[in-house]
Amino acid sequence: MVSDQRIPVGAHYGWRDWLVQRVTAVIMAAYTVLVLFLLLWFGGLDRAAWQATFANELFRIASFVFMLALLWHAWIGVRNISMDYVKPTALRIPVLAVLATVLVAYIGWTLRVLWP
Amino acid sequence: MAALDRPVAKPRPIYLNLLRIRQPVPAIVSVLHRISGALLFLIGIPFVLWVTQHALASAQGWEATRSALAQPFVKLVMLALAWAYLHHLLAGIRHVIQDLHIGMQLKSSRTSAATVLVISLLLTLGVAIRLW
Repeated sequence: MVSDQRIPVGAHYGWRDWLVQRVTAVIMAAYTVLVLFLLLWFGGLDRAAWQATFANELFRIASFVFMLALLWHAWIGVRNISMDYVKPTALRIPVLAVLATVLVAYIGWTLRVLWP
Repeated sequence: MAALDRPVAKPRPIYLNLLRIRQPVPAIVSVLHRISGALLFLIGIPFVLWVTQHALASAQGWEATRSALAQPFVKLVMLALAWAYLHHLLAGIRHVIQDLHIGMQLKSSRTSAATVLVISLLLTLGVAIRLW
């Protein structure tokens, strides 16, 4: 039975998505600063600097965190775009399914690149 | 009645054709935020993963990647991705600042939108000079 006192509050995932998109954005901005700093530190990009950077386990973990933040951020973004422009459910569900699959494939690829 | 004192309303468009509306600067920055985001997801991520993977693989891989990145078309792709990253980052920073209720007035909102547009293009120009 529905009470008169019921306060409709929703599932809060709109608010959660909003917050996640901002937190992940800050993580990515910090990583961007780190990469720019490394580029300045090495004074450009040669193979030795490239190898040394990716040989560092901390950098690999930071890169992995960056990619997870990116993919979570991107999921919210592409989902919002799909919901705005792909109206028919019969089309939206396959589109979102393909995007989610691509996203998981990106995670697998990232692991392969960072820890070959 | 006050309603009678109003000037005669100009004829308004009865439909919203996005191609016929002159968009305000914040709207342009907003739609470019979307376009750049989609571009980064669909092209940027696989591009960066591919380059990183091949450049790390071996000495030959490094050289092959270098010559691939020197192709004129690939340089154009990199330039587009650089713009997308810069625009998305700066427009995102503007978003977060506005979330803190800073620069919410119409005038400052337009100024910050124009700033995002111009600075990301200037930085992209810098990338272009670096690439060629």
